[in-house]
Amino acid sequence: MDFTLKIWRQKNAQTKGSFKTYPLKDVSPEMSFLEMLDYLNKQIIEQGDEPVTFEHDCREGICGSCGLYINGRPHGPMRNTTTCELHMREFKDGETIVIEPWRSRAFPVIKDLVVDRSSFERIMHAGGFISANTGTAPESNSNPISKLIADKAFDAAACIGCGACVAACQNSSAMLYAAAKIAQYAMIPQGKVEAKERVDKMVKQMDAEGFGFCSNTYGCEFDCPKGISVDFIALMNREFFSSKVCKQKQA
Amino acid sequence: MQKLDSKIPEGPLAEKWSRYKAGLRLVNPANKKKIDIIVVGTGLAGAGTASALGELGYNVKVFCFQDSPRRAHSVAAQGGINAAKNYKNDNDSVYRLFHDMVKGGDYRAREANVYRAAEVSNDVIDHFTALGVPFARDYGGSLDTRSFGGVQVSRTFYAKGQTGQQCLLGTYSSLNRQIAKGTVKMFPRRDMLDVVIIDGKARGIITRNLLTGELERHSAHAVVLATGGYGTVFYLSTLGLGSNASAAWSAYKKGALFANPSFIQIHPTSIPVLNDYQCKLTLMSESLRNDGRVWVPKEKGDKRHPGEIPEEERDYYLERRYPAFGNLVPRDVASRAAKERCDAGYGVGDTGLSVYLDFKDAIEKQGQKAIKDKYGNLFEMYEKITGINPYTQPMRIYPAGHYTMGGLWVDYNLMTTIPGLYAIGESNFSDHGANRLGASSLMQCCGDGYFILPNTIGHYLADDIRTGKIPADDPAFEEAEKTVADRIQRIIAVGGKETASSFHKRLGKIMWDHCGMRRDAEGLKKGMELLKQLEEEFWKNICIPGSEKDLNQELEKALKVADFFEVGMLMCEDALQREESCGAHFREEHQTETGEARRDDANFAYVGAWEYLGPKAKPKLYKEALRFEFVELKERSYK
Repeated sequence: MDFTLKIWRQKNAQTKGSFKTYPLKDVSPEMSFLEMLDYLNKQIIEQGDEPVTFEHDCREGICGSCGLYINGRPHGPMRNTTTCELHMREFKDGETIVIEPWRSRAFPVIKDLVVDRSSFERIMHAGGFISANTGTAPESNSNPISKLIADKAFDAAACIGCGACVAACQNSSAMLYAAAKIAQYAMIPQGKVEAKERVDKMVKQMDAEGFGFCSNTYGCEFDCPKGISVDFIALMNREFFSSKVCKQKQA
Repeated sequence: MQKLDSKIPEGPLAEKWSRYKAGLRLVNPANKKKIDIIVVGTGLAGAGTASALGELGYNVKVFCFQDSPRRAHSVAAQGGINAAKNYKNDNDSVYRLFHDMVKGGDYRAREANVYRAAEVSNDVIDHFTALGVPFARDYGGSLDTRSFGGVQVSRTFYAKGQTGQQCLLGTYSSLNRQIAKGTVKMFPRRDMLDVVIIDGKARGIITRNLLTGELERHSAHAVVLATGGYGTVFYLSTLGLGSNASAAWSAYKKGALFANPSFIQIHPTSIPVLNDYQCKLTLMSESLRNDGRVWVPKEKGDKRHPGEIPEEERDYYLERRYPAFGNLVPRDVASRAAKERCDAGYGVGDTGLSVYLDFKDAIEKQGQKAIKDKYGNLFEMYEKITGINPYTQPMRIYPAGHYTMGGLWVDYNLMTTIPGLYAIGESNFSDHGANRLGASSLMQCCGDGYFILPNTIGHYLADDIRTGKIPADDPAFEEAEKTVADRIQRIIAVGGKETASSFHKRLGKIMWDHCGMRRDAEGLKKGMELLKQLEEEFWKNICIPGSEKDLNQELEKALKVADFFEVGMLMCEDALQREESCGAHFREEHQTETGEARRDDANFAYVGAWEYLGPKAKPKLYKEALRFEFVELKERSYK
């Protein structure tokens, strides 16, 4: 297969970037999207230029490192699929493919297609945990959790922290990312203890990082490679309001 | 001569750890604040130990090469995590888990270490549950388990096919809590390039900031390596592309002994190679062998669609050869059996290098929904990669490089031969012998990180309460930094034509062909010769575009590949000296008439630990004899 690639090149955060066009021939339909980029990079290097920098590691859709904005969609055209799992057989021979980094004020570009997602880390530092020290745990089965709830908590916990939800959102909102963690813990007994405090702190941090608000377009759910449901945002909102009410009552 | 003192305590097996712990010295809470510990790697072992040490009150500095600790490759472990909870009432126990692991490892692991890993396994499950890890549950709300290869009980806890991810995110959450509290300081996007030794003790590391290219000095009273395995030596493996040997290798070159480097597990169920530019093989969890049946056609070169091959013309070769364990034989046995069939011409697919893993019977018996509940995400992953729906057509699978049982030699305290330098998780060698059983890697990583190291390290650090800060301007830091800087300059200065990935691919092929699933003396020697030639070529023709003072992924790769040449040599050297077949190490010269591995306990019941003696010198082998007091050494039969 042959493609025309339009790729965002940017030297660093201080320099202005631009699209560069690369024709690429003899791509195998069995190649993954990132293998296609490896193939391109090999040619760029052999011509004496600097290769396209992009993030990746596990290449099996679980580490969350990769994330490219492909033809106007995070992780490309396939639903429930990360960039590394996307294969070239999903594209038409001769197609022009536009590749950009995530676009969000809270994710500044580092180089080419690599962005800084440390804002996500700080949201987790603010409260994305259950405060259980090593060695304090009771016997696992002393705290039964219904299968229904356990499965739902798992669905929320499946988030890989890639940032596609932010890239998909017209407001660059990180609601789905934060909600997945907040909901996972709010549903299970171990996490309920700190649920009110957690939602408060994480939402505050999310706002401080410059992520936008949610206007219910559901783009995040649509483009989430793990299919995380916006229902968790509703759950987060409920937790958030109830935390405010509790505070008022306490006051 | 460097003496290998394993420090294994005397006494009855079940009491060794508790008695030993009781004798360890402590550091009081006020003094812990005066002590710095470096942890390299943020997988289950590294992030776990960093959070446990932070909770204890030490100052911890943690390093990873990814942008976030959550991306460490533990995240990709699929099937599960073992523990001896005996929730299924199937007569499981700590002893049985221990026994399975010693046997599964083909009697090349230390009894005391393995027993301890089994002993703390239950604490690990309890801890994860408390951290909110969403393990699978049954309808009564209790934790569910499933069975795994090489055992006859059901002791594997799981979270669909994403157990590693869920355990890692649990560990990541506990790490985040410590980061927020300020006990742990996180340094992402750093490659560790050297360990710094002052007066014989590990006192720091040199890292490269991957964004700026700057070399940094970090000092501490002790250094813990949790840097994973080196399976990417094969280029194509199930590991993440960033996984590497370099941190452990720098420790080896500074004097830490490297044990059993040739013990490397080839996982039987990976998706086969589909194109020439492939750089990664995706694993299909071993748990699939609970319900999937492995087969090839009885007729050589049968090119029919699998659905057209009737039952009586299929050879379920694992069930045929190993009736007692059937499709659930351990990984080494399953991998070799697949290779045997393919080499004999019965393989399927275009290349003939794959076998079928078929769910037809399981779907008929249990229904598609039940299978989807158990393996849904794995089936989806398979379809995305291959374009084939495994609900209607069998999966094609083939063995791939996966896990390294070998690693840095450690004593019972998990300390290497360099005082103050520890190795935990996959980066050490201690618990899996010559073959690892499924779902025991997560168990060992978490046991090491959360429950073992935080105890043993205190004993060592008790001497350091009056030491004060370790100065990062010590000449040893200067020298280490200069060595690293010179090496980077040297590799950039080559200015050749070939990319690091291209060299890596050629290196991987040499290793796969000559030091892979089956080895023989001639092949190993040939492999070493080829490695030497390729290494010379590398240092003449490696091409690194861009600057070292910038984010430069080609430089990162090249530095890792440069180390892999040396790792490969040591693997071959080790495989060559071990004139027996055991676990994943199979020597053609040492097999039974039926093609099973023939172990030689009289001559090889030892850990082979290698000492680095310089760039041109042959490394020196030390042997730590393995004593089996509690388990009888038997032929490992799964028939």
